Amino acid sequence: MVIPEDRQLNIVVAVKLVPDTNADKRIDPQTRRLVRSAAETVLNPFDEYAIEAGLQLKEQLADGSSVTIVTMAPESGKEVVRKALAMGADRAVMLSDPAFAGSDVWATAYVLAAGIRRIGFDLVLTGTQSTDAITGELPGALAEYLGVPGLTYAREIHVAAGRVRVKRETDTGYQTLSAPLPALASITKSAAEPRFASLKGIMAAKKKEIAVLRLADLEIAQAVGGDGAKLEVTELTASPARAAGKTVTAADGNAGARTIVAFLKERNLL
Amino acid sequence: MSTYRAPLRDMQFVLHELAGLADIAKLPGFEDTPDVVDAILEEASTFASEVLDPINRTGDVEGCTYRDGNVTTPAGFKEAYHQFAKAGWIGLPVSPEHGGQGLPQLLLGPTLEMWNGANVGFANGPLLNQGAIEAIELCGSDAQKHTYIPKLVSGEWCGTMCLTEPQAGSDLAAVRTKAVPDGDHYKISGQKIYITFGEHDMAPNIIHLVLARLPDAPEGTKGISLFIVPKILVNADGSLGERNDVFCAGIEHKLGINGNPTCTLNYGEKGGAIGYLVGEPNRGLEYMFIMMNAARFSTGVQGLAIADRAYQSALAYAKERLQSREVAGKSRAAAPIIKHPDVRRMLMSMKSQIEAMRALSYVAAASLDLAAKHPDAAVRKQHKAFIELMIPVVKGWCSETATELCSTAVQVFGGMGYIEETGIAQQYRDVKIVSIYEGTTGIQALDLVGRKLIRDMGTTATAVIKQMKKSAAGLDESNADVAAIKSQLTSAIDLLAEASQFIGMNAMSDLNRAFSCSVPYLKLWGVVAGGWQMARAAQISAAKIAAGDADPFYAAKLITARFYADHVLSQSLWLHHEIVRGSASVMALREDQFDLDRQLLVTA
Repeated sequence: MVIPEDRQLNIVVAVKLVPDTNADKRIDPQTRRLVRSAAETVLNPFDEYAIEAGLQLKEQLADGSSVTIVTMAPESGKEVVRKALAMGADRAVMLSDPAFAGSDVWATAYVLAAGIRRIGFDLVLTGTQSTDAITGELPGALAEYLGVPGLTYAREIHVAAGRVRVKRETDTGYQTLSAPLPALASITKSAAEPRFASLKGIMAAKKKEIAVLRLADLEIAQAVGGDGAKLEVTELTASPARAAGKTVTAADGNAGARTIVAFLKERNLL
Repeated sequence: MSTYRAPLRDMQFVLHELAGLADIAKLPGFEDTPDVVDAILEEASTFASEVLDPINRTGDVEGCTYRDGNVTTPAGFKEAYHQFAKAGWIGLPVSPEHGGQGLPQLLLGPTLEMWNGANVGFANGPLLNQGAIEAIELCGSDAQKHTYIPKLVSGEWCGTMCLTEPQAGSDLAAVRTKAVPDGDHYKISGQKIYITFGEHDMAPNIIHLVLARLPDAPEGTKGISLFIVPKILVNADGSLGERNDVFCAGIEHKLGINGNPTCTLNYGEKGGAIGYLVGEPNRGLEYMFIMMNAARFSTGVQGLAIADRAYQSALAYAKERLQSREVAGKSRAAAPIIKHPDVRRMLMSMKSQIEAMRALSYVAAASLDLAAKHPDAAVRKQHKAFIELMIPVVKGWCSETATELCSTAVQVFGGMGYIEETGIAQQYRDVKIVSIYEGTTGIQALDLVGRKLIRDMGTTATAVIKQMKKSAAGLDESNADVAAIKSQLTSAIDLLAEASQFIGMNAMSDLNRAFSCSVPYLKLWGVVAGGWQMARAAQISAAKIAAGDADPFYAAKLITARFYADHVLSQSLWLHHEIVRGSASVMALREDQFDLDRQLLVTA
């Protein structure tokens, strides 16, 4: 499918709601899940880069193209989603159903794909990872389920003549990739800094639509939620407390200097 | 170095529980406010911490530079201003008709507090836009509104207020700048001093609002008119035209707020600056006084904001600075100084008075909205009277208290506080201006005693005192702290009533005596009205705790309110004594007796 050049672009940004990294967190030992009520929920900071990229694309095209936010989250997260609207996105769709609870990456990507197909899309943008699970696997899985090219780790993104072109970050340098639309791209933190929501944006966001789609609204042909998860958390341990530091002072003289050198060598820093 | 973190929880508490956000939301046009208030607070706090705070210290160190009539603001100010304007913050209270968001004045409380807490030098700029917008909105012609307001709201242009002249400081009746009719406009000539952001590089045009005299104007306050004098003249199509004859002759070296330029502006050195009359001739000061409430309220909030920032820094320092063992502890190790009772007392003194200032100023802001928009004329009138009485108190008491608290914050730092690198010295220097500009504390007290107390024969003061008494009587004594607060508040209100009576009586016989303790009287009002709000906060908190609410905020609020009652409300005793027993000695010493301690006796 080739998108004609004069067609407005339907940009869909998939975001995740995550616990605030600054908040105190507690994990329920029974369910092995995070106790959500105890932590403030925020937009996954990585996803803000994807929103910014989507908004910039929309502004560059300036042809009536739109940005839709999609997230799989309980409805209680509505006000968090509204922040994306305050940044300038046109509308949001929440995929909310108790049946989605307990989804792993695999099941989440499946549900998101069903939601995004329902919304209709030319270009899907995501962040590169979430601050809670940090698997970084969702963009690939989502592209797979949508059956579109997945251009991951984009630090620059352009759309022209029905194709998307990205500059992709790798460990050794950059690649330039291009693919026909529809497609998916994940956006890195080295793209543009996310904008602040403006007062005008906040006021406008209040009037924007946040639609809610349930399980029954989507074409779902396989198990989702905990039942559809392929990944099982078998054990959880708290990270070990940090050991007390070693203090070396001038009074330690040569012995102190040797301690510092040994410390650095041990870590291959010298 | 401190990082500004907005006190969002207390702001929300004051907005909702004390200032009655829900009632404000019932006023026409404000229905949507509750839906957006959290988002606004959150975004404003992010903006304050991430954009304004990082250029606070650098702005102070670098300062502004003047060269050949041009002023350069510190690095980052221009970019921050553009971001601020683009985000639409300038238009928060401005009606949507002029491109604003039409939100209540009440929301200026927390937002102004955040801008000024993060960077007072910067925050003065947008405040001046708001002043200029308000002046033109209030009394400008439709054409003037159309030409200037949208660009001041969008922040594309900036505004100033040009009042002060070398011989006309507190006494604006002495203004000498001339305005001579010249066709459809006026030619303005004269010199204005202390003009904040009078010249700068943040915007392509600056709209000066200038007080000047017409040739046939009567002497004194009734002969001053208000003019719009753009730095660059505006063409009929709205584009920028010729450079107007107003130039910056220099900027001041100041104690604080070094991030912004304080300019001397010369008008008409090349034949006359083109100015446009705003409203009617000779009514300039009257217009200024209408706007004064908002400006003085904002200045009070500036004080609160700087004090809160200083408190944040002092608290962080007190938690980490290790010095001396605990006085009642067994350990021989050095303890963080927050463990020491006297440091604790200083922190509590700051915390409790900051919370009282926040509560009183936001409550006053809510009254600004109720006075403007309530459907019932009687309610509007009641709030108008409350505001008239409270504005000099909010301005005068908050600025004086803030100055004292910034000194306390330096004290917590000890020797380190006296060193510029720790940053607390900046707050100490910055805060002093708030008790000076927009009318010194002495001027606020004159306004309070002369215009607000004596002129209406104490009617409003009596009504507010009655309102406070009723509120005190309603405090529930089943909680021991609330009971103690109730007793302190009740006697403090009585002392305030007595002091008011005393000043009122003296006004009839001895005006010097009536005015001699006007500043202590203003402080007494602040101490008591602040205590009134803290008592309301205590009552609400005690009720929440009794109902099983585990939010630790309420427990802390109750303890803080109790501290305020014991340590701050108790000031009412000596303030009352000063006014009632001490006013005679203020004017007792003759002028020539002041120098006697320096004159040697010449013996023959």
